[in-house]
Amino acid sequence: MTKTEIELTVNGESHKLEVFPMARLLDVLREELHLTGTKEGCGEGECGACTVKLDGQIVNSCLVPIAQVNGADITTIEGVANGDQLHAVQQAFIDHGGAQCGICTPGMIQAAVDLLERNPSPTEADIRTGLAGNLCRCTGYMKIFESVVQACQK
Amino acid sequence: MRAYVPGYQLTTPASLHDALDLIGNEPGVWKPFAGGTDLMVLLEAGKLPHRNYVNIWPLRELRGIEITDEYVTLGALTTYTEVQANDVLRREFPMLCQAASETGGLAIQNRGTLGGNVVNASPAADSPPALLAYDAEIELVSSSGSRWLRYDGFHTGYKQMTMRADELLAQIRLPRIGPIRQYYRKVGTRKAQAISKVCFAGVARMENTRVADVRVVLGSVAPIVLRCKQTEDAIRGKELDDDTVKLARETLLREITPIDDVRSTADYRLRVAANLLVDFLVTARS
Repeated sequence: MTKTEIELTVNGESHKLEVFPMARLLDVLREELHLTGTKEGCGEGECGACTVKLDGQIVNSCLVPIAQVNGADITTIEGVANGDQLHAVQQAFIDHGGAQCGICTPGMIQAAVDLLERNPSPTEADIRTGLAGNLCRCTGYMKIFESVVQACQK
Repeated sequence: MRAYVPGYQLTTPASLHDALDLIGNEPGVWKPFAGGTDLMVLLEAGKLPHRNYVNIWPLRELRGIEITDEYVTLGALTTYTEVQANDVLRREFPMLCQAASETGGLAIQNRGTLGGNVVNASPAADSPPALLAYDAEIELVSSSGSRWLRYDGFHTGYKQMTMRADELLAQIRLPRIGPIRQYYRKVGTRKAQAISKVCFAGVARMENTRVADVRVVLGSVAPIVLRCKQTEDAIRGKELDDDTVKLARETLLREITPIDDVRSTADYRLRVAANLLVDFLVTARS
């Protein structure tokens, strides 16, 4: 099969790539663009570790073939901070021990940032729903939950 | 084992017209690829035998929700997120919104489509029970034209549908039937993020204590999402008293044939399906 030309914007930077159309967005981000902050957990859309923002909505990058992001605008975890200024959610994860092994963290932060953009004053139930597609095997979730609560108060 | 990615073709047509020409010229060679939330899982597992796909995700012709006095019509690419955000659907078709909210997490709901849920044809899918209970109609299009058919009867066997290889599912429409009792319940291993063991959707139009009309649909109890017509016949036109509930329950237990599989057992599914039916009827009575 032949490669196809894809243009996309990642964290504000434009890229033109020659890739196989069924290549996973996750693999292109990590292996072609060397943005290894996005993690692979399950590879089947269950765990949320590979979450990125695609044209304003969070998606599992393991489930998106690259042919579907031609012309798209993507934000990975590397693009969440504003230069050296961490996003309030990132700072809250540091302050509250929201990250342990770190594999789920990029996806958790993407989901939390997305939630706060859609809903700056979420209820506890909203936070649980907002994080529902992201699995963590270390924290027991409470420290992550508390981090998001703190980020809302900033 | 992961699939060999260069072995797959995913071509992006410029329009619905071009997509239909492509699949019409070589029927069976090209299959549609929408949000990818089912197909990419198979790809990753090395279990995606078909190789050539048409990327229909960018086709605007398959998007949007249109409201008329008679129908709510949804483009096949309407996502679960879009379903939940629509005011008319929330007000009149809450079972569909509930199904959408209980399918995966937000990242899946942003990508998974109603049309994909229908043509992926899983008997455990969450939205088809609601669509069948609402007596939805679907539009199939090809380069030679379009046809509308009732969704009831579309699935004929496990992963079998009355759809030609040159057709695409374009739209799904729900008749706006006015006030009815509605009951939707998905039972899985957990309350969230789990595939259903049993899924129940029921609607009833009551005239005082009499059931003027009723539809009962179950997922995960048969090779297809099943409209339980014998059970409906045992209820329709009757006073909704204890005898009717008892007869309906007995009829349902004869009508469905769930199996033991990786997610549950036949016995459990039978018992839960019967309990959900009784709960639906008792709720409709109150």
